[in-house]
Amino acid sequence: MVSPNLSRFLIFIPLLFSLFIIHPAHANEVVVYSARIEQLIKPMFDAFTQETGIKVKYTTDNEGALLARLEAEGKNTPADVLITADVGNLWAAAQKGLLKPVKSEVLEGNIPAHLRDPDNAWFGLSIRARTLVYNTKKVKPEELSTYENLADPKWKKRLCLRTSKKVYNQSLVAMMIAEHGAAETEKIVKGWVANLATDPLSDDTRALEFVAAGRCDVTLVNTYYFGRLMKQDPNLPLAIFWPNQDSSGVHVNISGAGITRYARNEQAAIKLLEFLSSAKAQNLFADVNMEYPVNPKIAADPFVAAWGDFKQNPMNLVKAGELQTTAVKLMDRAGYR
Amino acid sequence: MISWRWVPFVAAALVLAPVGVIFSSVLAPAGEIWQHLVETTLISLLLNTFWLVLGVIVGTALLGISLAWFTAVYEFPGRRFFSWALLLPMAIPAYVTAFVALGLFDFTGPIQTTLRAWLDSDLSWFPDIRGRLGVIIVMTLAFYPYVYLLARNAFLSQGKRSLEVAQSLGFSRKQGFFKVVLPMARPWIAGGIMLVSMETLADFGTVAVFNYNTFTTAIYKAWFSMFSLHAASQLASLLIIIVFIVIVLEQQFRSRMRYAEAKRSARVQRIQLAGWHNWVVTGFVVSVLFFAFFLPVAQLCYWAMQSFAQDYDVGRYLEFLWHSLTLSGLAALLICLVVIAMVYALRRYPDSATRYAVRTATIGYALPGTVLAIGVYVPLVWLDGQLSELALRWFQIETGQLIQGTLAIMLIAYLIRFMAVSHYPIDSAMQRVTHSVDEAAMSLGVHGWAMIRTVHIPILKPGIFTAATLVFVDVMKEMPITLMTRPFGWDTLAVRIYEMTSEGQWEQAALPAVTLILAGLIPIYLFMRQTEI
Repeated sequence: MVSPNLSRFLIFIPLLFSLFIIHPAHANEVVVYSARIEQLIKPMFDAFTQETGIKVKYTTDNEGALLARLEAEGKNTPADVLITADVGNLWAAAQKGLLKPVKSEVLEGNIPAHLRDPDNAWFGLSIRARTLVYNTKKVKPEELSTYENLADPKWKKRLCLRTSKKVYNQSLVAMMIAEHGAAETEKIVKGWVANLATDPLSDDTRALEFVAAGRCDVTLVNTYYFGRLMKQDPNLPLAIFWPNQDSSGVHVNISGAGITRYARNEQAAIKLLEFLSSAKAQNLFADVNMEYPVNPKIAADPFVAAWGDFKQNPMNLVKAGELQTTAVKLMDRAGYR
Repeated sequence: MISWRWVPFVAAALVLAPVGVIFSSVLAPAGEIWQHLVETTLISLLLNTFWLVLGVIVGTALLGISLAWFTAVYEFPGRRFFSWALLLPMAIPAYVTAFVALGLFDFTGPIQTTLRAWLDSDLSWFPDIRGRLGVIIVMTLAFYPYVYLLARNAFLSQGKRSLEVAQSLGFSRKQGFFKVVLPMARPWIAGGIMLVSMETLADFGTVAVFNYNTFTTAIYKAWFSMFSLHAASQLASLLIIIVFIVIVLEQQFRSRMRYAEAKRSARVQRIQLAGWHNWVVTGFVVSVLFFAFFLPVAQLCYWAMQSFAQDYDVGRYLEFLWHSLTLSGLAALLICLVVIAMVYALRRYPDSATRYAVRTATIGYALPGTVLAIGVYVPLVWLDGQLSELALRWFQIETGQLIQGTLAIMLIAYLIRFMAVSHYPIDSAMQRVTHSVDEAAMSLGVHGWAMIRTVHIPILKPGIFTAATLVFVDVMKEMPITLMTRPFGWDTLAVRIYEMTSEGQWEQAALPAVTLILAGLIPIYLFMRQTEI
């Protein structure tokens, strides 16, 4: 019950706040803002601390909020490293001047050129391949060929897609614009929309479930969603098809990181990124979510490797960022919700 | 004694700081994106938003008012239990109800799958749950408790007696309800509906599950997908203006009315329902409760059991729970105190400046969470920077962040967001403390604090309890502010749910969701049973 003597309480409140003041950061630690969720970063951070003695403090949030936060904090930010689950937001962070380009031979050696920023502001740490998954009872793999081919009228009422609001689809369409130009890409996206069996779905898992249940025949997803579902139920009538193998290659996105412009512990932060791209951490980083290691010397998890080898699109991912706004507008025009 | 005079102005200034941040880019160039919106999706966004808000208002009003009327005035089997159990859905975040509803009723869910197998049909006649109607139903089930709570408050205190007066004037029971009881309960019902419409406008989580595009999804898209904070701010400014107009209209509408209903009668003589009426009412109440609470919770428990083994870590979960409870408790205390002070100030100084200050203080609830979060964050971080610079220059002390990374910043942000939630119940309760009550007290020689303690608090108690419960539960469900402002390591149950759902692992989110719902039941059980006579 509230005491009638409100003034006593009001005096009490600032006292209460002062109990919670947190002490400033220590030198021997790295502070990370991560859009990759806790379960997918903590094991690597623990391994890093064990190896180097450098502590890692982290907080998670979605990409847009983290970028806005870094921008608001400016030079007072506690963050040394920004981790995202896609390339578009890393590009945007670099564009806003939130990231500091760093020179590291280790990073350049471990990460293929197309999966890191040409200006060294951000680096890919794992590969998220976006591919086709089809219902094995309703589609023969020979019918499938490319992303572009899904616009063919033969797929009418047979295609399921995740919403265009998800950055993975925006990156994919941006890379298509880089390859085909906007006019051609718009035609393709319109073709996809015309072939939809049902309104776009809110996430990849749901899209896969719709294909498995026979609501549609084929969809476009990141492979780890497929992996998760198949681990739960290996009997689902689903299979992966690697598209564009005779042309541009499979569209890949990255989960990656950059050092913040005002990082206080820059050296430790670089060490962390180098560690994450190294043989020791790469398997951990990718396998924990059934993604592909970015370091070509490291093999994928056997469960993932069993889906087969594929040729990936070698175009630098910086295009996905540069053309993202164009892609979003294009998808709006095409009626892709 | 503290002067109440300035509390509403301080509160309004707090809310205006983030609003100012948002409005600061009103004139920034974003014409290209506006042109694109006008050419492509703007009309459909506005229509979508309009129909959604209208649908949810109608739905929650129908459910909330009818349930409140039944439980406040009639006697039927289980009435005592139902009257507080009907608040339970409040503990479930709307986005959780949404993903459970899709999990159950969509094409791949157990219901359609079973029906397809039984009927051997493709079920093409089955309504598309992911359409507009689906979103409206889910939001109605999630938000009706706001209307129910406030309407029930009104009916409990005056319903039966107004009905008797109406009947003594020759009205039938039905006429009496529509001509006398309902109009008299207007400020309470309007308050509930305002909360519902603000929450609907600001919602992002629920509509995202349905991939239903609204004004708020457009704000997020401009900001996060097209990287135009300017366009996003301009859209948000438009939203704020619309909400403010509605608030002013409601204020006008309200200020023309005076309510002189005094205290509740000690014991309401309820109307005993007989025969089939009994079963119709009970059946209605049970089915609302079933769909809004028991079914989603059962499904969540089922999912939670599946992921229990992988995810359960007692220590971690106790920590999440402790953080959630601490934050919600502190926020409820702080917000209720501020709002009580604000409402008192308005009572003592009922001029229009104070009135508008109070109303301004409530618009934080209508802003999409992340927009408000960053709007709150920018000025506070700026202040923090100034403070540490001063400390460095004058005292040569390296202070680091003083406000950032403390619970203070979270509580200020919650205050800005949730004042509306406690304002409506406390303000409505205050309407019952009429001036004749004060005069009567003073004629008996009771003044000042003594009057507040012995006369006002007992009358305000149900309103304060209601406000505290609403804030407590809302803070616990809140995501964007919690994510952005929490100190390192201060993860809550809502943060855990976010982490699971952000990678599309809806079923994995069931365990923290169930824990969050259970924690939300604590204040509902403790407080709301107290408001029952």
